[in-house]
Amino acid sequence: MHQDNNTEITFHHEYDREASKKEVIKITVILSVITLIELALGFWMYLSHHSLGAFMVMLIKGVILILMLAKAFYIVAYFMHLKHELKNMIMTIVVPLLLFVWFIIAFLYEGNSYKNLKNTYDPYHKEQSEIKVEKKEQGSKEHDAHSSH
Amino acid sequence: MAQAVPAEQKWWSGGKSPFNVEYGKLMMWYFLMSDAFTFGAFLISYGTIRFATNSWPDPNEVFQSFPGLGSGLPLMFVSLMTFILIISSVTMVLAVQAGHAMDKKSVVRNLVLTIIGGIAFLSCQAWEWAHLHHEGAWWGSNPFLNADGTKATTNFTNFFFTITGFHGFHVFSGVVINIIMLIMTLNNVFERKGHYLMIEKAGLYWHFVDLVWVFVFTVFYLV
Repeated sequence: MHQDNNTEITFHHEYDREASKKEVIKITVILSVITLIELALGFWMYLSHHSLGAFMVMLIKGVILILMLAKAFYIVAYFMHLKHELKNMIMTIVVPLLLFVWFIIAFLYEGNSYKNLKNTYDPYHKEQSEIKVEKKEQGSKEHDAHSSH
Repeated sequence: MAQAVPAEQKWWSGGKSPFNVEYGKLMMWYFLMSDAFTFGAFLISYGTIRFATNSWPDPNEVFQSFPGLGSGLPLMFVSLMTFILIISSVTMVLAVQAGHAMDKKSVVRNLVLTIIGGIAFLSCQAWEWAHLHHEGAWWGSNPFLNADGTKATTNFTNFFFTITGFHGFHVFSGVVINIIMLIMTLNNVFERKGHYLMIEKAGLYWHFVDLVWVFVFTVFYLV
């Protein structure tokens, strides 16, 4: 294997091909299993979404979001190899991303507040948003069957 | 765990790369960080609108068709797309590792598999878009009702097509980059250079595309 040993900068990372292959297989299995759990939770919500309480639905969605973050961690840490970089370098990437904590909390809180204020002070809007459209399901279902190819 | 470094190693006294990565790879990481903010802004605006709306369409009713199998199959097609992307990410890792071992044949094989995975994903997305368009969904047009039976705004389709479109464009450019890497590998460019570090950078981009899909998949199809 060709390798520059006469310069200071080799960017050499310790590599054991067999060990890394094993790691890849392990991470693939983890990602697949997490995805299958997510899908199982999704199907659970689908099959029983009228019998599950609002709190239960929130709980399942929360679990799905946590699993999503776990998948993101495994992809970044192992597939993108970030875990094996120097700590200083990791920090220059991870610390700025912490802004997302504020972004997500602030914007979702804001959206929710907007909804509540509008429902409180704009009764017409609330009334309009509660009118059920008469079921044109038949039509759209037929349409569906035609367009499934 | 961070890379093991001898305690007396002075990274910042000059003469060596303090992050122990090459310039291009570091810049790829910073580009991906900025791209993460772009996607994050899209997804957070989607979330904000959803939180600001009284009701929203049920993804299980919107995305329930599978080519050749008809409708009534929620989550099936998107699961297929998700697994295609995960597997193509795995073959990309294998290509990068083969590059470290200077194993040209294995690099070529895994790059080809990654490109096939990317094209398969794009084909799936093209089918899904065509199907939804056929049902009357597009930017500015939303045929689907909210989950509670009320009339939905076009926010749902606008966000769906914009964000999956932006992601699809990333997949497309990733495939183009991988094809360029394949051509360079076949022309022995990396053999002559003595290292396959370029593939590593392309790999980072490809994994990022997979990473974004994890978020898009979850917030559009699952919750």
